[in-house]
Amino acid sequence: MNLENIKSEIEANVPGCQLEFVLNPSPSAQHSLRLDHAHAIAVATYLRDAADLRFDFCSNVTGIDWPAKELTEKVKVKKLVDGEEKEVEEVRKTTIPGTLEVVYHLFSVEKKHGPITLRMSTKDRESDVHMPSLTPVWRSAEFQEREIFDLFGVVFDGHPDLRRLLMWPDFIDHPMRRDYVAPDDFEYEPTAHDDVLQRANQHQSEAIAKLTSEAEGK
Amino acid sequence: MSDATNLTAQIDINTIPALGKEQLLELAMGPQHPSTHGVFRMNVVLDGERVMKLKPVFGYLHRNHEKIAESETYLGSMPYTDRLDYICSITNNWAYAIAVEKLAGIEVPERAEYLRVITGELTRLQNHACLLGFLMQDMGASGTPLMYAFREREKIMDLFEGLTGARMMCNYLRFGGCRVDAPAGWMDAARKVVAEFPRFLDEYENLLVGNEILMDRTQEVGILSKELAINAGISGPMARASGVDYDIRKVDHYSIYDRFNFRVPLGERGDVYDRYMIRFLEMRESIKILEQAMRDIPDGPIVDPKTKIRGFRPKPGEAYGRIESPKGELGFYLVSDGALNPYRYRVRPPSLINLTVLEDLCIGQNVADVVVILGSIDIVLGEVDR
Repeated sequence: MNLENIKSEIEANVPGCQLEFVLNPSPSAQHSLRLDHAHAIAVATYLRDAADLRFDFCSNVTGIDWPAKELTEKVKVKKLVDGEEKEVEEVRKTTIPGTLEVVYHLFSVEKKHGPITLRMSTKDRESDVHMPSLTPVWRSAEFQEREIFDLFGVVFDGHPDLRRLLMWPDFIDHPMRRDYVAPDDFEYEPTAHDDVLQRANQHQSEAIAKLTSEAEGK
Repeated sequence: MSDATNLTAQIDINTIPALGKEQLLELAMGPQHPSTHGVFRMNVVLDGERVMKLKPVFGYLHRNHEKIAESETYLGSMPYTDRLDYICSITNNWAYAIAVEKLAGIEVPERAEYLRVITGELTRLQNHACLLGFLMQDMGASGTPLMYAFREREKIMDLFEGLTGARMMCNYLRFGGCRVDAPAGWMDAARKVVAEFPRFLDEYENLLVGNEILMDRTQEVGILSKELAINAGISGPMARASGVDYDIRKVDHYSIYDRFNFRVPLGERGDVYDRYMIRFLEMRESIKILEQAMRDIPDGPIVDPKTKIRGFRPKPGEAYGRIESPKGELGFYLVSDGALNPYRYRVRPPSLINLTVLEDLCIGQNVADVVVILGSIDIVLGEVDR
């Protein structure tokens, strides 16, 4: 169960897919593969159905928010100062663009091995937050992807029922993002019950109107 | 109001073909209903008594556990994991400890592993006993079976109080071991409770298993197929009741479960009756594990002395650790950026994921069976909503 071998096996069987090996430096050594959006479903289906892999159990799906980060590093550069070559320290700033990442942990019930970790990233955090849904391959991703949509704001294309899961439907922001600021006071939290009450009242007034019109008709 | 809060927008009544002449009825079961085991709502569409469609609504107990844990130190989240599945606090601690130990590469001493197994299996006993009681209560066997189960749970909670100081919110595990060693006489008291437990199981089985009403209400109700169970990520006793041979204690070889001789019971049909019986059988296997663990427990330290308690900073990286909790696969996914608090902290809640097949199990059943099916899934809303 070597991830490098699995990577080359997928590349041989799913033509055109681009996989990136992501190293995990911690003692757990759970390395991962980053998928490209266009071949995500094909790679996932291959992982599920290939006879020697059979990753039929998608255990955990979760999101990670990576806001844009500015890295400052000091670099020693050789420069000509007053006609003389000297080593000068220079501060370089690089910006790493922000992204939303989704992580899938797969196991195999049939072969009893795992985990392998798949990841996918969105283009950025604001305008293009789309990503293919893997719910058609593993049903277990359905509610977990809904939770990620709710809490992180990733939009899963091809998801059968993409609604908020834990927050109420009128809620606007995505609370698990790093830059989320909770409001001082939730003055009014609408729930579906208000809607039920409204419709019950409407139903009652309609029924009364019908009764009175019937009584007047007689 | 937006469309999404509208019940008819969530359940499109027009797309469901009516079988009888009766009108379809929308029913909001819950959230304030004892059979929902907390605050949980099901929007059910009924044709007479038949369930045509069912949409679960979550989030009544949501407090964003994950966000709170991300602003807390690693150890600071340990007591908060107790509140996830508040019936089995020690197994929650254990799953979190395993994830952190993987992330930081911490070894656990021998005696601490035995203490973890003993408390973990005691937790499984009390969870399964309670679940059977709740299930009977939901079915209308009011009082007696639940109180019999609570009587046994009380004995186990007394043991937990003697060991950890708390009955339910134990906060017992630490990274690299356990918080305190068992006090004098505790192990003998625990042996006594475990030795008496099979008598309770026999009594309970005599009382209920052959009961005609129970068989009528549970057999061939809420059948979950093996294929769907695997594809939908169902784990724990619920998957094993459908014949999925997958027990993380056997598969992952975590802790010291390799040393014990126990079997994994499997169901055949995957109906409520199988899910009910599998818990009886699992309790008997847990007793076997407990007897062996209590016989073999060695002396020694209970915590790895090299583990830092203050200023604990794992190196950057990530880890996914999981255990077989009484409800199913409880996993913790942690991402560290080298700081004092986790960059990302994720709970893989078995209750939530086992609940996702509720609609598949309930369609075509009577509305009274919905309560029984929900009871057999074994949910705790503290873990579902987090």
